[in-house]
Amino acid sequence: MAKTLVQEFTKGLWAEIPPFRLVLGLCPTLGVTTSMKNGLGMGLATTFVLVFSNILISLMRNLIPSKVRIACFIIIIATFVIVVELLMQAYTYALFQTLGVFIPLIVVNCIVLGRAEAFASKNGLLASTADGLGIGIGFSLSLASLGAVREIIGTGTFFGHSLFGPNYEPFTFMVQAPGAFVALGLMLCMMNLIGKK
Amino acid sequence: MGYFELIVSCILVNNILLAQFLGNCPFLGTSKKMETAVGMAMAVVFVLVLAGVITWIAYTYLLVPYDLVYLRTIAFILVIAALVQFVEMFLKKSIPVLYAGLGIFLPLITTNCAVLGVCIINIDKEFTFMQTLVSSFAYAVGFGLALILFAGVRERVLLARVPRPLQDTSIGLVTAGLLSLTFFAFRGMV
Repeated sequence: MAKTLVQEFTKGLWAEIPPFRLVLGLCPTLGVTTSMKNGLGMGLATTFVLVFSNILISLMRNLIPSKVRIACFIIIIATFVIVVELLMQAYTYALFQTLGVFIPLIVVNCIVLGRAEAFASKNGLLASTADGLGIGIGFSLSLASLGAVREIIGTGTFFGHSLFGPNYEPFTFMVQAPGAFVALGLMLCMMNLIGKK
Repeated sequence: MGYFELIVSCILVNNILLAQFLGNCPFLGTSKKMETAVGMAMAVVFVLVLAGVITWIAYTYLLVPYDLVYLRTIAFILVIAALVQFVEMFLKKSIPVLYAGLGIFLPLITTNCAVLGVCIINIDKEFTFMQTLVSSFAYAVGFGLALILFAGVRERVLLARVPRPLQDTSIGLVTAGLLSLTFFAFRGMV
């Protein structure tokens, strides 16, 4: 049992790491990763929703009629999204404002609904918690690393600290909209190079 | 802001797909073939205008007077899900031709974050009813424009020889980046 739990947790960190292996949830991935801090904040907010919605759905999986399950999942997810929204408004207001519309949009993040449908509705409480935590942390790591790459190249800073001194001319393309697509595309390419065959 | 300015800003400058990054899952998922891209674009125009108007009414006349603003997210997603279901039933009965055209794309729209995103943006920017109507329509047109253009480019990419690690989604994203760069050029207009 203990071994499988570890497996459920670690698969989210490499074998099924979103959004590289599971190409889902691209909107926040592209939208908020202008800096490492934003990426990490978004990832953690999503992890919170993912873990708690997985727990609740796993507990209620025998109560929810299968015909209306998607609607039920969305309501459960939306509830936790509102919780996150209110918590962030109260404690990290600046981050909440930067992430803006992407926080309420966790409701329609395909990763959260995908895990609810594919995993939590079929597995027990502990396995679902491990799965939610693993996928969530994997997603946070991806967003943070993409944010770090874009921040380092695009503004010459890392977590807000200057890296190259005042003579560095920032390659601002990377922190603007087109750079998001190109950066993610190239990172996906690198993952393919390392991971497959 | 004048209506013309609003339309240009929503279609080109703040394009929902390429500048605001909303609705990117269907953007990459349905752009491999021109036909599916056109179907998705039509479905989005149809639902987005209705959803934008109805959520605006629900927010202004239900949530605000009863002090339930914190329930916005859950209320909007319920409205959108119900609306999509309703539109699907209505089209099936009364306009079967259009229903056959939109096909499987209608149910997918519930989880299209462009729809929920535009509804929330309309509220956040404190638009009036007319502005909501115009901006929802313009955002939807922008979505369709970007999607159809991208599908055209992607059909060409299929014929090219792409290095192995770059294939499929990866080259798709880089292509989207270039398309986004062209839209980026409109930024000085508004």
